[in-house]
Amino acid sequence: MRNDPSAVVGEAPLERILIRADSGSHADPVAEFRGVERVYRMGNQEVRALDHIDLVFRKGEYWSIIGPSGSGKSTMLNVLGCLDRPSKGLYELGGEDTGLLDDDALSELRSRRLGFIFQSYNLIPQLNVLDNIMVPLLYQSNPPKDGEERARHLAGRVGLQDRLDHRPRELSGGQMQRVAIARALVNDPDMILADEATGNLDSQTSREILNLFDELHKEGKTIVFVTHEAIVSERAERVLVMGDGRVCEIRETAKEPRA
Amino acid sequence: MLHKLRSGLTTLGVLFGTSSVIAMLAIGEGASAQAQEQIKNMGSQNVIMRSVKPLEDQNQGSQTTRILSYGLTQEDRERVEVNFPSVGRVVPSRLVTQEARFEDRVITQPRIVATIPDWLTVSGREVSAGRFLTESDMSGAKNVCVLGTEVARDLFLFANPIGKRVKLGADYFDVIGTIEPRMRFDSDAPGAGEETTKELFIPLPTADNWFGNMNMSRRAGSFNAEEVELHELLIGVTNIDDVIGIANASREMLDRFHDDKDWEVVVPLELLAQAEKTKRIFNIVLGSIAGISLLVGGIGIMNVMLATVTERTREIGIRRALGAKRRDIVAQFLVETVVLSVGGGLFGVALGLLIPKIVQWYTDMPTLVTLEAPILAFTISAGIGVLFGIYPAWRASHMDPVDALRHE
Repeated sequence: MRNDPSAVVGEAPLERILIRADSGSHADPVAEFRGVERVYRMGNQEVRALDHIDLVFRKGEYWSIIGPSGSGKSTMLNVLGCLDRPSKGLYELGGEDTGLLDDDALSELRSRRLGFIFQSYNLIPQLNVLDNIMVPLLYQSNPPKDGEERARHLAGRVGLQDRLDHRPRELSGGQMQRVAIARALVNDPDMILADEATGNLDSQTSREILNLFDELHKEGKTIVFVTHEAIVSERAERVLVMGDGRVCEIRETAKEPRA
Repeated sequence: MLHKLRSGLTTLGVLFGTSSVIAMLAIGEGASAQAQEQIKNMGSQNVIMRSVKPLEDQNQGSQTTRILSYGLTQEDRERVEVNFPSVGRVVPSRLVTQEARFEDRVITQPRIVATIPDWLTVSGREVSAGRFLTESDMSGAKNVCVLGTEVARDLFLFANPIGKRVKLGADYFDVIGTIEPRMRFDSDAPGAGEETTKELFIPLPTADNWFGNMNMSRRAGSFNAEEVELHELLIGVTNIDDVIGIANASREMLDRFHDDKDWEVVVPLELLAQAEKTKRIFNIVLGSIAGISLLVGGIGIMNVMLATVTERTREIGIRRALGAKRRDIVAQFLVETVVLSVGGGLFGVALGLLIPKIVQWYTDMPTLVTLEAPILAFTISAGIGVLFGIYPAWRASHMDPVDALRHE
């Protein structure tokens, strides 16, 4: 099933191979990019949103992706989340070559292995908190029997046990983002993907959300979040700096326990 | 189902479409059922020859006295009996113009039909009390009469007329029976002043004796008389397959022996075929009009669903990101469309069943709701919901999740 990575890598220019990024730990890879390119066509112009990227995200790792707008970080997240496909190269999620999967299989993969958190929360307005948390289970081919119980537990975990019947418009931004986090956890995903999750929140609320991320990381979840704020990106263990569709730098942060 | 008003208005389109299909079919069916009933009452195995007053010459209007002689004759009757051996019965009848009187109650223009006993069977009518004319009434040229329901009611109110004497013109007739009423035909009133179905029956020989075949009418300063031997020859054909052939042959025969076109041949079977044809066309026309309104309703649904899909683009993106497959999105929107159209369809059926009743109440127009009409209308409306829901749902399901999530 696994393609020979050298076949893809071998074609790439040397300097790109050098920035192939892998923490080198012995944890299992969750997601792996090999020579991934994503090219958009805008009129006659080609835009290289991702330009030959090799990366390995391993189980339990805590990543942040930072870079100016147009650097390709959102595209990276979309490809990671199976919402977008590479134009070229290989993307493996949990050992599966996503290039071989059809739309249905990708959808199933999203509902089983991935948790999404968005900048604008993206809750479904007509559903209450509990139902919003349970949406990912709705689309699994064999949904777990204890889905509702799990959703209630997670709502409690993010501090919303008293608001299960509320609609999103009755909640504050921070509360909505907590619902979204609970929703991202309900399917017990391999990887949590967050896109500017604190972008619409004040600094106090942002801190609470990031603390939640830290907790999840401590529990062993794999987290990748995109941000454009340097301070926020420092919360992660590994910071991926992007520019012009390329990986510019990968940095390990000196994580210290926070007071 | 975010917009109650919008959904309600959309449903109205299907509602009116469905109800108009049912109502139109009910009105069409009602009209044709009535027509067919009338024609069947005339007897589908019968050929009816009638005397028709030829077009009047305007020059004669100034004359004060004239006698107009026209119509079928006893010779015609004999020719029919001789030339068409397969014919079962030939029933001649003549109309007599006299007033009918009982004590102080008068009917000025009854339809007095002088005929023979076979008339009852060939015309398919029923005796309600007493008996109809018999052969002995004929041979004795007896002064007896059989009353139609209206005559009996007008002259005797609620008393039993049998055994009483009715005065026709100057002569008294014993009432021997009454017959059941028949449905009114549109062809019942060929001339002005002859709108009555107040009919009563006397033996033909009796009419010959007392009234001859001259009918007279007096108006201010003028005197008119019409001489008609027979007003009608009712031919009962034994085998229904011969009806059309005999009808054509009788037309030819009458054409040859009559100089004027003072006759007509009415064939209920031909009318029936004509009525069926008319009904088919009628149904097609009404059905298409109603179908078009259903189609418009369907387009309305599609329009609203397209708006809904655009409006909920972001929701579609969210659901797709969280694992909804294309078919999940299709199902979601299709279910919504079907709920709209089936809801409209159900209310439409209810309204569609109500409209014919209202129409009948206010206009006396007969209506007939067949079982097929509501089923057909409902099926079409639900089908239209699915049909017009497919495209918006397909569009929703084929949105790019990334673009959909970015949608404001």
